[in-house]
Amino acid sequence: MSDDKLLLTRRNALKCMAYGGAGTLFALSGGVFTPVDLAMARAYDESKEGKALGKPLFVQISDTHIGFNKEANPDVAGTLTQTIEIVNGMSVQPALIIHTGDITHLSKPAEFDMAQQIFTRLRTTEMHTVPGEHDTTDATVTEYFNRFGKASNNKGYYSFDHSGVHFIALINVLQFKPGGLGTLGAEQLDWVAADLKHRSASTPIVVFAHMPLWTIYEPWGWGTGDADQLMSQLGRFGSVTVLNGHIHQIVQKVEGNVTFHTARSTSYPQPVAGVGSGPGPLKVPTDQLPGMLGITSVSVVKHPSSLALNDTALA
Amino acid sequence: MILGGRRMMMTAVSMMLLWGTAPWNRSTAGSADPTKIVVKDFMFMPTPLTVKAGSTVTWTNMDDEPHTVVSDTGLFKSGGMDTNESFSFRFDKPGTYHFTCSIHPRMVGTIVVQ
Repeated sequence: MSDDKLLLTRRNALKCMAYGGAGTLFALSGGVFTPVDLAMARAYDESKEGKALGKPLFVQISDTHIGFNKEANPDVAGTLTQTIEIVNGMSVQPALIIHTGDITHLSKPAEFDMAQQIFTRLRTTEMHTVPGEHDTTDATVTEYFNRFGKASNNKGYYSFDHSGVHFIALINVLQFKPGGLGTLGAEQLDWVAADLKHRSASTPIVVFAHMPLWTIYEPWGWGTGDADQLMSQLGRFGSVTVLNGHIHQIVQKVEGNVTFHTARSTSYPQPVAGVGSGPGPLKVPTDQLPGMLGITSVSVVKHPSSLALNDTALA
Repeated sequence: MILGGRRMMMTAVSMMLLWGTAPWNRSTAGSADPTKIVVKDFMFMPTPLTVKAGSTVTWTNMDDEPHTVVSDTGLFKSGGMDTNESFSFRFDKPGTYHFTCSIHPRMVGTIVVQ
């Protein structure tokens, strides 16, 4: 495809911006967040603009729900394996993998063991995780932390740096309030304040947690009650990317310098907010399922000033 | 504890239909099986449930999505209940007990022990 044609098609893609389907490439450049249909992503990859996207920094995998075996997807291990094949097939391997929770369906030791077994197939070996509420339903809430607690000293929240980007992993599935949304809690918010205190406003920040850190749909608990206290701490930074899972579908918004994005699941889709009795597994025709599962990859654009998000479906 | 499969489910569905379609029959249906709570469509039913002191209450999940039963005071806590799985707790002292599903905190219920 010639550059002219590419640009022309790209303009059309911008006009007919569609979420879902084959996926969407999000390029954040010079503060302008630009969606491009994923069907063109390969051509875009080869173009001048595409090359400026740079190396994929990390891939976000979410809601693998190992142990789920109902009609909506009887083979979640298979779809996770397919997902890993997509990641392993990327021309340049991402430096990191981030898992935004619900690794397992029922917090069972055998489920965690199987998930870890499957993760070993990833060519990229550095993985960072946060738990989902499905990972913490065991009576003592220890199965997740026994395996993944080391990074956070069993607290569930921690931070690290990679390629000039500061990553903050948060937990919002433990201190649930009856009738309410997810909660970060005062202790964790204080820790974030201390963690950010001496960082330059030009440092790109990636925040990730399982439940959305913005209220998408309160009646189903799709939000975090005290997230505004987190966002007020992030306001001074020039580039903030907030990544979540939990809702098994892509929902996104941009507010000032902050890009909020929820990833697809690799296990099963969930209904759009408010459709049906609750956020349970959504049964779709088998041939449509792969198009509703997938990953998000994030690259550094014009290093290290901003990040680009790219969603890929299994089909 | 896992209760036996489809028969259990059908019984519970019939009970719900009975309650739903014949409200005048509610008290007798309640006395026939006064200590069961069905978890279905992201709701605890019935709630509030009134039982006598010493009763054992059983919650059974009939959704494709797992649920938990967690007391607000920490008195009782189930693990994740998959489809058709149950959790039971014996209430010895009179009082009002509130509980939540920790996976879906919007789901709340109450047991009144007399």
